[in-house]
Amino acid sequence: MNQNQALFEYLLRLGDSDMVLAQRLCELVGKAPALEEEMAIGNVALDLIGQARSWLEYAAELEDAGRSADDLAFTRDERAYRNLLLVEQDNGNFADTMARQFLFDLWHYHLLSALSQSSDERIVAIAAKGLKEVTYHLRRSGNWIKRLGDGTEESHAKMQEAIDEIWTYAGEMFIADEVDSLLADAGIAPDLNALQQKWQSDLTTTLEEATLACPPMDAFMQTGSKQGMHTEQLGYLLAEMQFLPRSFPGASW
Amino acid sequence: MYAQLVDTGAKRLKTLEEMSPEERAFQEKIDADIKIEPKNWMPEGYRRTLIRQISQHAHSEIVGMLPEKNWLTRAPNFKRKLQLLAKIQDEGGHGLYLYSAMETLGADRDEEVAKLHSGEVKYSSIFNYPALSWADMGTIGWLVDGAAIVNQVVLQRTSYGPYSRAMIRICKEESFHQRQGYQILLDMMRNGNEEQKAMVQDSINRFWWPALMMFGPHDSDSPNTAQSMAWKIKRMTNDDLRQRFIDQTVPQLEYLGCTAPDPDLKWNEERGHYDFGEIDWKEFYDVVKGNGPCNRDRLRTRRKAIEEGSWVREAASAYAAKQKQKNAAA
Ligand SMILES: [Fe+2]
Ligand SMILES: [Fe+2]
Ligand SMILES: [Fe+2]
Repeated sequence: MNQNQALFEYLLRLGDSDMVLAQRLCELVGKAPALEEEMAIGNVALDLIGQARSWLEYAAELEDAGRSADDLAFTRDERAYRNLLLVEQDNGNFADTMARQFLFDLWHYHLLSALSQSSDERIVAIAAKGLKEVTYHLRRSGNWIKRLGDGTEESHAKMQEAIDEIWTYAGEMFIADEVDSLLADAGIAPDLNALQQKWQSDLTTTLEEATLACPPMDAFMQTGSKQGMHTEQLGYLLAEMQFLPRSFPGASW
Repeated sequence: MYAQLVDTGAKRLKTLEEMSPEERAFQEKIDADIKIEPKNWMPEGYRRTLIRQISQHAHSEIVGMLPEKNWLTRAPNFKRKLQLLAKIQDEGGHGLYLYSAMETLGADRDEEVAKLHSGEVKYSSIFNYPALSWADMGTIGWLVDGAAIVNQVVLQRTSYGPYSRAMIRICKEESFHQRQGYQILLDMMRNGNEEQKAMVQDSINRFWWPALMMFGPHDSDSPNTAQSMAWKIKRMTNDDLRQRFIDQTVPQLEYLGCTAPDPDLKWNEERGHYDFGEIDWKEFYDVVKGNGPCNRDRLRTRRKAIEEGSWVREAASAYAAKQKQKNAAA
């Protein structure tokens, strides 16, 4: 694998995670516990779709195979998708949604902070813009972890269960493969161990404040997304999201 | 328009002589086009009618997000997905903004939303029709936001200050939605294949009449119009607004290369307006009464969101109370 191939792969991972999480959030329109919350969820989704587009545009240019960002997002099959398993998980209840969001935001925040220092200028530009947005996402989801964790008995129980349930999908983002190592060596992407330490330390602080227990870091973690091995949930999400381009191949909208 | 049947509680208009001094001063202010502000004295009927009208409008913005949500998760590319989500977000913003305007009249948002959920208060009948194809995202923007604008442009001159200012702000965004919706259809008609063109025509066929119904019953069947006009809560009658909408929409329809499902639609040189066929009023009242294709679904969705969210809202207030206590102790 050469550096360009690794970078293409890496950009897909970034773009796909943003896109798949945004798609999950889009499913929540009309379903949030309050109107203000619905607006906030929509704003996060808008940011993530925008970021996904930027990453996939870069990926498409790098690939230079006549595929556009739209082609990459709206026609690639499940096995070719590279999003984290974490983000494809169902919305569940509001605690599940927020647990998924917080674990992702925290990773996303530290990742984009690191990518703002990348040796690749295009990555720096996208990451720096995204970082402003994600700073807000993280503050919001962190607040919800605290509100629900330290709210009522019911919300505490739900929040704890949500964290425990999704935990097995949280480890994957720190397990480096050839792509990660190659790009880390080139100064393009960060070292995942350093990223994990920041993530873990912030996570512990927030969970403690939220009176929630942090599941063991050495718990068994599901992996596979970096090879396009997903949970069964992704196929349905993509079937819905890609319905039009797949039903009308070549049509413009 | 988003508020189709607003009861004023008045059987007939009072003359200035019949009014109390306060009422007369109020009416004279309105006649002189001076805006009424929240702190000013106002007749109870005016206040209640406005609450009804603004709440119906706000509910319509919120329920109106649902048909579009039906295609948000299936939008065909980045550009359209971003546009549609931004539009849905705008509508939510309109809802929130209108609820605040309504609260300046002493109404409570939660109480008014509870009335919506119990079926006591309505939202626009248009949102009880299903969004069945991607073309509907174009048609809704073009015809539904378009019809809403015709009404709301006039309401920018409504007598109640906060409502008038809300309309000015909202109209700008609605015009943008309308152009965006029209562009979706135009792109499909210009660059689309035969299936896509058929999709557009089918969508117009389904939304044409329901869009005309948005303006409400004929003037002759609108007993509340006179009072609402005297109070300048309403500035044009239902039939006049409907005519204005048709006159401006037909040329756009022709430019698209589509037709309306109305054999009687034709230009009347003498009147200087388009003639058009009779609305199926039975369908209109059926939908208003709750028997449209989506009434049950729409309300169930809204109710479920609020019911299932109650533990979240409780947690948020419990947490806020704890924080307050901590801060006080510190
Ligand atoms: Fe609106
Ligand atoms: Fe509106
Ligand atoms: Fe609109």
